[in-house]
Amino acid sequence: MAKKMKSKEDYYLASQWTLMFRKLRKHKLAQVSLLILAILYIGAIFADFLAPYGLEEFNGTYRNCDPTAIHSKYEGENVGLHVYALKKTIDKKTFQVTLSEDTSEYYPVKFFVHGTEYKILGLFKCDLHLFGLGEGSKGGTDARIMLFGADSLGRDIFSRVLLGARISLSMPFASAIISFFLGIAIGSISGYFGGAVDMVIQRIIEVIGAVPQIPLWMALSAAIPPGISTIKMYFFMTLILSFINWTGMARIVRGKFLSLKNEDYVMAARLSGVSTWKIIWKHMVPGFMSYLIVSMTLGIPGSIVGETSMSYLGLGIKSPATSWGVLLQEASTVTDVALHPHKLIPIIFVTITVLAYNFLGDGLRDAADPYK
Amino acid sequence: MEENTNIMESETAANPKKTFWEGLKDFFGKDLVRYIVKRVFMFIPTLILISILVFFVIQLPPGDYVSAHIAKLATEGEYVDADYAREMREDYGLDLPVWQQYIKWVKDIIWTPTDSTYYRLYHSHHNWKFSFAYGRDVWSVIKDRLGLTIGVTAIIMLFQYLVSIPIAVYASTHQYSAGDYISAVFGFIGTAVPNFILAIILMYLSYKWTGNANVGLFSSEMLENGIHLYNFGEFLKRMIIPIIVIGTSGTCGIIRSVRAQMLDETARQYTLTARAKGVSERKIVMKYCFRAAMNPTVSGLGGVLSSLFSGSTVTAMVLNMQIQGPVLYKALQSQDMYLAGAIVMIQAILVVIGILLSDIALAFLDPRIRYSGGNR
Repeated sequence: MAKKMKSKEDYYLASQWTLMFRKLRKHKLAQVSLLILAILYIGAIFADFLAPYGLEEFNGTYRNCDPTAIHSKYEGENVGLHVYALKKTIDKKTFQVTLSEDTSEYYPVKFFVHGTEYKILGLFKCDLHLFGLGEGSKGGTDARIMLFGADSLGRDIFSRVLLGARISLSMPFASAIISFFLGIAIGSISGYFGGAVDMVIQRIIEVIGAVPQIPLWMALSAAIPPGISTIKMYFFMTLILSFINWTGMARIVRGKFLSLKNEDYVMAARLSGVSTWKIIWKHMVPGFMSYLIVSMTLGIPGSIVGETSMSYLGLGIKSPATSWGVLLQEASTVTDVALHPHKLIPIIFVTITVLAYNFLGDGLRDAADPYK
Repeated sequence: MEENTNIMESETAANPKKTFWEGLKDFFGKDLVRYIVKRVFMFIPTLILISILVFFVIQLPPGDYVSAHIAKLATEGEYVDADYAREMREDYGLDLPVWQQYIKWVKDIIWTPTDSTYYRLYHSHHNWKFSFAYGRDVWSVIKDRLGLTIGVTAIIMLFQYLVSIPIAVYASTHQYSAGDYISAVFGFIGTAVPNFILAIILMYLSYKWTGNANVGLFSSEMLENGIHLYNFGEFLKRMIIPIIVIGTSGTCGIIRSVRAQMLDETARQYTLTARAKGVSERKIVMKYCFRAAMNPTVSGLGGVLSSLFSGSTVTAMVLNMQIQGPVLYKALQSQDMYLAGAIVMIQAILVVIGILLSDIALAFLDPRIRYSGGNR
């Protein structure tokens, strides 16, 4: 009985965030999604370690090769997991190149091998990789382990998916956060002050929303000076995404402000002489913060898919940097898909991420709804 | 709208004392008329802002059509001297200061008559609604694909709404049933897989199963003989992939919003009251909940107008569809700025008009909106 009372008391005293968190814990799909996203983001952070090869490592022999087959038996003997090197044979008549396994020598798959040098979190130098190939049984070094096959330059798609995840996962996230704050700031000014300020901001939002995205994106990305570093490029792209996305958030914030600003508690705060900014940030914004976070979460998947389309048009991140959209450029014609279906593998990652964000957003929305 | 004015005229004829204006007010209600007038006036500053932004957007890429054109000639191995470039720039008026270019652009787009001999003789090159790449008036370039774009997009959108709304209603009335989950999965695939990849995969599958990738909207036979009744089936067959690809991407959004709205409405007091009074479940859903749940969808219809005009861009490029989207993309790429500007401008205006129309429709449907001054 006492315990029940305690839990009831807990319930009434719990803050909105605690309640949200409790409800979210009941939403299985959202939790699984959160787990998947956590794995993906951690994978992206430690991409250098997880990927057997670096961003620019390539091997001409392995152009467009299928995912590497992993064997365990060599000439009837159990020698542990190993792969074979590929050799190129050219048909003298048709000049068609075929790749076949050279079984004269095997290369064991090893964990924690030394390979390309990289920096952990951009700080410490390191050359350890989670897995890779050891020296061949006859001392050769020709083999490559490519779990998802290779692209048209002979680069490992598995490594590139991991390294590309950094850009594909962080850019929409970062731009969502920037547009989140822009939206709150501008939307709250518009909603709180009303009148002429509101009128001008509303027109600006309407105008930016009215211009179709592709021309806006093309013009803005064409304005990025050529030949700048990848990091700057990334920075500009994030800004472009935020510039396009903030209007939706601002509109939502404004609507919420209009409905909240005549509430008694806001009036009370104003009469007690609380400053305008404090009223906005301390009293009004928390009132619909959960709602904003939900719409932010639901906005991210759109940006992820958008990034792939923009890269398809050649407007996104450019080589040698990579993102999932850049990887999918390789699968941009029917011939690519027909001859090298393994190039569609990055799409699985895009789909999983988008679905996870959508389910997480749905879960958050249900959790934030006080009527449920 | 035209229909309404006809009704109004007959009404005013029956009652000669009433002016047309009063008749209008009687028909729509005073608030609604005031609301519409207010919104139409707001349209003007928006229009000016849009034209400035569009002009800015088409100016933003470094260089202009002349430099893009010269670069293209250079890759073809031709040498172009600076004088030629300067003359060409003067010819096109690209040497003027930016604000003068803007004014000239707006003026030319609105006022210069297209078909007068004056235009043909003196203005073909100096005119700012001249498409450099096509070598003719931008309106005629746009007109080429207008009919087809509207037709194709209308079919796709019709499919989209006809499929998604019944699914959404079913999913909401059978929440957490197998059908609900299946519709969710189906809808999510449309958003989670980028359109162009879906299009490529479908083209590949179509090639594998039928031996024909069904690329483009017309077969070569159709291009020779035109579309007739006997080859219309072939046209429809070629529409299948665009319908699936473009249709599913929008379907998910509609299903989700209508379903969520329906669930909200079915939990309302008035539904409970209706149920308590013994109104049949079917009537509750169709007559009360569904009508209220359609509000956000009606406001979403604002975007339809602009999509009817341009169609999709990326998917159309992959599927080689002869609609407006790819024209815009190519114009932007080759810095054919007046063509691009005209298309973007029309699209932006259509978005604003669409929003205006859907707001008026909403205000007409839902009195709460017009009393609160249209703040949704």
